[in-house]
Amino acid sequence: MAPARDRRAGFSRRRQYGLFFGYVLAVAGAVVGAVLLVASLFNPPLFAAFRMAAAGVTVPVSSALTSGRDLVSAVPEAINGWVFAHAENAAMRRDLAAARPLLMRARSIAYENNRLRTLLALRDHAADPVVTARLVSSSASSGRRFALLDAGRMHGVEPGMPVRGPEGLVGRVVEAGPNAARILLLTDPASIVPVRRARDGLPAIAVGRADGAVDIRSVNATNVRFRSGDVFVTSGTGGLYAPDMPVARVTADALDSAVGRLFAQPDSLDYALVEKAYMPLPPAVPAAAPTTAAPAPAEAP
Amino acid sequence: MSPADPDPFAPALPPGRARALPWASVLAGSLLTAIPIVASVPILPPFGLLMLLTWRLLARFALRPWAAAPLGFADDLVSGQPLGSAVLLWSLCFIGIELVERRMVFRDFWQDWLIASGAIVFCLAVGRVLALPVGARVDGALLAQAAATILLFPVSTRLVAWIDRKRGAA
Repeated sequence: MAPARDRRAGFSRRRQYGLFFGYVLAVAGAVVGAVLLVASLFNPPLFAAFRMAAAGVTVPVSSALTSGRDLVSAVPEAINGWVFAHAENAAMRRDLAAARPLLMRARSIAYENNRLRTLLALRDHAADPVVTARLVSSSASSGRRFALLDAGRMHGVEPGMPVRGPEGLVGRVVEAGPNAARILLLTDPASIVPVRRARDGLPAIAVGRADGAVDIRSVNATNVRFRSGDVFVTSGTGGLYAPDMPVARVTADALDSAVGRLFAQPDSLDYALVEKAYMPLPPAVPAAAPTTAAPAPAEAP
Repeated sequence: MSPADPDPFAPALPPGRARALPWASVLAGSLLTAIPIVASVPILPPFGLLMLLTWRLLARFALRPWAAAPLGFADDLVSGQPLGSAVLLWSLCFIGIELVERRMVFRDFWQDWLIASGAIVFCLAVGRVLALPVGARVDGALLAQAAATILLFPVSTRLVAWIDRKRGAA
């Protein structure tokens, strides 16, 4: 292919300088990019305002597209529902018969639990829901795992709030704009959640693997055996996530570090529930206030 | 305007809009991340980068030499990569293509495709190193993403050629 029509400078000084400054600007663009990159690697939330301004434009569009997608995907689901109604009915009857004795036992245990808790005068933290919203899009072209939520500061969403689905924890809010928020999903390599094994309380952390699963690593013991099917729930350590939210189930026997499959798969999530941080950080004490006496006792939320 | 144009006397777009069209098409490619899927692996090819490379290789003067930086900034805002990575990598791609063009003035499509493949693999690989820790398990998905992007280059060439013909001589 012959070269495209050329923009030769010829003898015109003006065109020569214009061409030259174009290349100078191109190199300057690379330098500016390197500076921005270093700044954002050392301080990731530095440019959150720009990103949230862009998200404020894209999220309403994604939101509208999501409703369209739901309409389309409802058709095969409805057909499936009609076809399998009878088999499903039979299966549910069977399950109900099996569950009835368990329910009776659970009721008596719950009653006894209540009684003992009152004896201990424990205070329960009921997680306060902030807003119910949808995950409308994600960073599908990048290796990072962020999702965009179609609710923001106008709805009370603030950075640091945990996000959960009906099945379990999904992630947490890292940046919030007026009508959009960015969620760090549990599968992102930067996400670390303190968890414990549901059956014996073994402490561990769930670290994202970036491939749709999490690594579950024991924190304070070596030679820990994870068995396939072990269930891990949040431990409440760190104060961000309320305890006892289901996180992941171990998929294969392993020693010290196991692969966990998430309970709440963000790609099949209908609605996400944003909750208040379990124990938010206390407000920073102003340094130039010598008159303040001892800080107020930390108040549980 | 190519000699094969069926109607050489059709009025071209006004120059302002003709100059804005390449920018708009690259932006549209970046904004495809707004499609309503919540992916668990990087499955979407970087369409913004693909459009940018195609414009640069097919219609050399459609974008100014410095256009990579602002377009990369817009891509960074919506892609999830650390801000500045596309600014840097896309600018480096433009400078690299400029250097290659000094050596290879007369190129055919296969050479363009090869240059674009190199640039795509470079951007995805360095972008992964910048954004993710070494232990992250994304390399398989990243290879698939790079292969899909390289295979989409002929399609984007068709698209850019069509837009370029419509917009006329800018």
